[in-house]
Amino acid sequence: MSDFETVAASEDPNARRGPSGEPNAPNQVGGTAVTPGRPRSLAGDAWRDLRRKPIFWISSALVLVVTAMAAVPALFTAADPADCLLSRQHAGPSGGAIFGYDFQGCNTYARAVYGARASLLVGALSALLTGLIALTVGMLAGYFGRWIDAILSRVIDIVLGIPLLLAAIVLLKRVASDSATIRIAAVIFVLAVLGWTTTARVVRSSVITAKEQDYVSAARMLGASNSRIMWRHILPNTLAPAIVVLTIALGSFIAAEATLSFLGIGLKEPTISWGIDINNGRVHMRESATPLMVPSTFLALTVLAFIMLGDAIRDAFDPKLR
Amino acid sequence: MTAPASPPKKVRGEPILAVENLVKHFPISRGVVFQRQIGAVRAVDGVSFDLRRGETLGIVGESGCGKSTLARLLMRLEMPTSGAATLEGRDLFAARGGELRRLRRNMQMVLQDPYTSLNPRMTVGDIIGEPFEIHPEAAPKGSRQQRVQELLDMVGLSPEHINRYPHQFSGGQRQRIGIARALALRPEVIVCDEPVSALDVSIQAQVINLLEQLQDELGLSYIFIAHDLSVVRHICDRVAVMYLGRIVELGTEEEIYQRATHPYTQALLSAVPVPDPEQRDNQNMIRLIGDVPSPANPPSGCRFRTRCWKAQDVCATQDPDAVPRAADPHPSACHFAELREPTSPS
Amino acid sequence: MRRNRPTRGSERKAGTVSQSAVQPTPASPTPEGGHLLEVRDLHVEFRTGEGVAKVINGVSYHLDAGETLAVLGESGSGKSVTAQAIMGILDTPPAVIRSGQIRYQGRDLLTQSEEQRRQVRGTEIAMIFQDALSALNPTFPVGWQIGETLRQRAGMSRGDARRRAIELMELVKIPDAANRLGDYPHQFSGGMRQRVMIAMALALNPKVLIADEPTTALDVTVQAQIMDLLSDLRRDLGMAMILITHDLGVVAGVADRIAVMYAGRIVEHADVRSLYKTPAHPYTKGLLESIPRLDFHGQQLSTIRGLPPNLMRIPAGCPFHPRCPYVQQVCLDVVPHDLVLGDGRTSACHFAQEVRDDRAR
Repeated sequence: MSDFETVAASEDPNARRGPSGEPNAPNQVGGTAVTPGRPRSLAGDAWRDLRRKPIFWISSALVLVVTAMAAVPALFTAADPADCLLSRQHAGPSGGAIFGYDFQGCNTYARAVYGARASLLVGALSALLTGLIALTVGMLAGYFGRWIDAILSRVIDIVLGIPLLLAAIVLLKRVASDSATIRIAAVIFVLAVLGWTTTARVVRSSVITAKEQDYVSAARMLGASNSRIMWRHILPNTLAPAIVVLTIALGSFIAAEATLSFLGIGLKEPTISWGIDINNGRVHMRESATPLMVPSTFLALTVLAFIMLGDAIRDAFDPKLR
Repeated sequence: MTAPASPPKKVRGEPILAVENLVKHFPISRGVVFQRQIGAVRAVDGVSFDLRRGETLGIVGESGCGKSTLARLLMRLEMPTSGAATLEGRDLFAARGGELRRLRRNMQMVLQDPYTSLNPRMTVGDIIGEPFEIHPEAAPKGSRQQRVQELLDMVGLSPEHINRYPHQFSGGQRQRIGIARALALRPEVIVCDEPVSALDVSIQAQVINLLEQLQDELGLSYIFIAHDLSVVRHICDRVAVMYLGRIVELGTEEEIYQRATHPYTQALLSAVPVPDPEQRDNQNMIRLIGDVPSPANPPSGCRFRTRCWKAQDVCATQDPDAVPRAADPHPSACHFAELREPTSPS
Repeated sequence: MRRNRPTRGSERKAGTVSQSAVQPTPASPTPEGGHLLEVRDLHVEFRTGEGVAKVINGVSYHLDAGETLAVLGESGSGKSVTAQAIMGILDTPPAVIRSGQIRYQGRDLLTQSEEQRRQVRGTEIAMIFQDALSALNPTFPVGWQIGETLRQRAGMSRGDARRRAIELMELVKIPDAANRLGDYPHQFSGGMRQRVMIAMALALNPKVLIADEPTTALDVTVQAQIMDLLSDLRRDLGMAMILITHDLGVVAGVADRIAVMYAGRIVEHADVRSLYKTPAHPYTKGLLESIPRLDFHGQQLSTIRGLPPNLMRIPAGCPFHPRCPYVQQVCLDVVPHDLVLGDGRTSACHFAQEVRDDRAR
C-alpha cells in the first residue's frame, strides 16, 4: 500500500486552490502559511514537537523527581535511612515512615529515597557509557567496513560470549576498596564494558543501512568528508534504534546492579541502593511484602520514565511522525 | 522552446567531458579474513565518449548494462579499474583534495529515487544548503539562505518551504529538491541517473520540462541515463546504447532512432510499447529471446551474440569495435551492421 | 482486436449502450448476471491515525469471459486496491470496504465467508504482482512452490504435482523446465521469476487472471516477452484478464477495453481504440499528451499541472478540477456522473463531449 501512503502523506494544495492557477504552475506544497523566517533545524523542530507532548512532560517530571531524590534525598524525607532498630522490625506505617519498617527495622520509604542515588548513577551512567562505546564501535565497523568491521565484529562476538556474572565476579573481586564511590564506579564500568555489545550490533546494522542510502551518495558527490557524512547523515538516522535499546538497557543495568549486590560483589552496605533493598525484601517477603514492593515500584517507575522519555525523543527526531 | 538566454562565453559544442576506455571490474571474492579473488563483474568494460558543451547525451540500456556504474565512476564514487576521463581538460581520476573539490563543483548528479536521495532528517533548507557548507567559498555565509530560496524558486518550488522535511513533498517535488541541490554549486555538467523513472506519468513530463528549461537558462550539459527510450528520444541530442558494459552504438538522436545499425538497438527500439492501439498489429517487432547474460561471465567475442539473430561464427571469436559502418557513418559495434529492413525476423 | 461483445442478448437490451457496470447508481434495474466478474459501486476507505483516506469512491467495472480489461491509473488512483478487494487480500484494518458488490458469476463475493472466498482465490481468480522476488518464498525451490498449490488445493500426489509443475513451467516457456524445478527464486532472472509467478497463478486453471503491474520492474525487451506470454496464455487458455498498469504503451498493445482511474474513481471507460483516438476525459487526454513518444522527437511536453489529490482531502466537485484545463464553475460544485457517449463509452466529466471533440491542441 505504499502507493496510497505516498499520496496521502503528501500535502496537496490544489485541493484548496481554485481553478485560477495558471497552466504549468509549479506544484506547491500549500497549506499552512509558513513565514520564511529563520531556517529551522532538526533539533529545534524536535524540541518544538516535544513541548507539545504530555508523555514527554510526564516522563521528564518523573525523571526529574528521581534525579532530585538522588541529589538531595533529605528533601523527600526527614528520616534517617541508617536509623534502624530491630525492635521496629516489620512495624506498620507511622509518622515519617509512611511505608512502615523492614526486617532490620529501617524506614522503608527513607531507604527507597536514599537508594535512588546509587541506582540512578549505576543505571544512567552505565547506559551512557554503553551508548558511547556502542556508537563508536558500531559506527566505525558499519561505516568503514572491510577489515575494521571484521575485527570489531569479532570483538563484539567475543564480549557477547563472556558470561556477565562470571566476568563481573572476576572483575569486581579485584576491587578491594569499600569506598562507595569506587564501588559504584567499578559496577558502572563492569556493566558498560560487558553490556555494550547488543547496542553496538544494532548501531552497526543501522549504520550499514543508512550508508547505502542515496542521500549519502549525494553528500559524497558534493565532496562531503567522512566525518561530515557520519555526523550529519548517518548518526541522526542511527540514533532512533540505539535510543530504544539503551533505555531498555538502563532498566536492566539497575536490575543487574541488584544481582551483583546480592552476590556481595556489587555495592555494599552501608551504601543504600534499590537493588540491595529489593534483595533483602525478597528474602523476607513472606513476613512483609512492603519492603520489597516499595523499592521495586521506585525502580519500575524510573525505568518506565526513561523508556517513555526515550520513546518521545526518538519520535520527536523523526520528522515523519510529526 | 524558450530562447536560450545563457551568455555563451564558452563555446557550445566543444567537448567538456571526455571519457576514454573506462573500465570498472568489481572483484568477486571468497572468504572473510583471507580473501581471494575468484572472478570479476565487468560492470563497465571499455567505454569511450565525449560530452559536448550544452548538449544532452543519453545513455540507454537495460539493467546490468553498466550505465549506473558509469555514472558512479564519473561522480568519483568509485575509482575505475583503468581508463581516463577529463572534465574541461582536467584529469577526473587523478584529482585529489582541493583539486577534486573544484571538479565536484563543476559536475553534479541527480539521483533516481527521490525517496531515498534526500536525508529524511534534514530540512529542505539544510539539504539544498549543504553544498554551501561543504564548499563555503561558493557562497558567503550571509547569502546562503537567499541562494537556497533562489534555487527553490528556480526549480518551481516555493521559497517558503525551506523548513519542511522531504516526506512532506510528493515524488515529483522531491525530485525538484534533488535538482536544486545539484544546481547549487552552479555546475556545468549534470549527470541525471534515471531522474524520472520513479515518477508518475503525469509528473514525469513536468520534471522533463524543468530539466530542459534549466538547460536553456543555465547552459548545462547533461548526461541523461535512462532505460526509457521514449524519454531519451525526447530530451537527448545524442544517444549511446550500452550492453553488458560496452557502448554498442553511438549517434545523434536521429541516427539511433531512425538509422540504427546495431541489432541490439533495433531490438530495443522495437520492444518499446507504442501508446497507440492502431499499431498493435504492426508485426514489425523483434523479440529477443532470453535474458542479458551475467556481466561476471560475458560471452566471448561480441557480447550480444547469444541473443542475436544475425550471429555467425565470427561473432564468437572477434569482438566488434564501435566504429563507423558502411551502412551508416555512426559508430556501431556489429560485424553485420545494417539498416533495418522494414520486415525483420520476429 | 475484438471488442468482445458476446451476443448474450439477455443482458444487453437493444439500443442501450451502457449497462450496470458503468452506472454510478447501484440501484439500476439492469438484469443481473451475464458478466463473469463485476465490481459495483465499490467504496473503500483506509482508516489511519492521520485520518480517513477515501481510496475507492464508487468504482464499477465488469469483465466478460476471454477479454482483457486494462485498469489504468497512477499511484494512489486505487487501481491496485480494487484488485485486492476482488481477491479478498485487502489488509483490514486499515482498509474498510464501505459498500459495493463484487460479483463473480453472479455471486457477491463480499457477502461470502472467508472459506468460500478461499475457494475462489486461485481456482477462479488468480493474481500476479509486480515484484516476483518478494512474491516467491526465497527458502523453497520454485518447483516445490508451484507443486505446493497443486497438492494443497487440487489434492494431487507428489508425483502428479511435480509433473504438473513441469508442464506449467513449460507453458510459461521457462527453458529446461524439468531441470530448473529444484532452483531457488534468486537463481532466476527477473523475467524468469515473473514467469514462475505466472505459472503458479495458472496452476489451478483460473478463469480470471489479475495482473498488477506485471512488467513494471522489468527491462523493455523482457517486458515485451512477458506481455506476449500473457496475451498468448489468455488466448490459449480462454482466460479473462484484468491488467493493472500505469503504462499507456503496454495497455495499447493488449487491452480490449480500458478503465482510467483517478482519485478512486473511474473517470473514463472505453474500448482501447476510441480512448487513444478521442479521449473524452481531460485526465486521459492530459496523460496521452504528456508522455514522450518514441515515434516523435518531441517539443516541449504538455503537462498536467499540479499533483494528484490527497485522498484524505479529495476536492469537492470533480476531483480532477484543480488540474483541469477545461474547468468551469460547475466542476467545483457538482460531482460529474458518468456521461454515456455511445459505444459503451463513459466519461465522468461535465464536458465529456467537448473534450472528445476537441482534437486540436
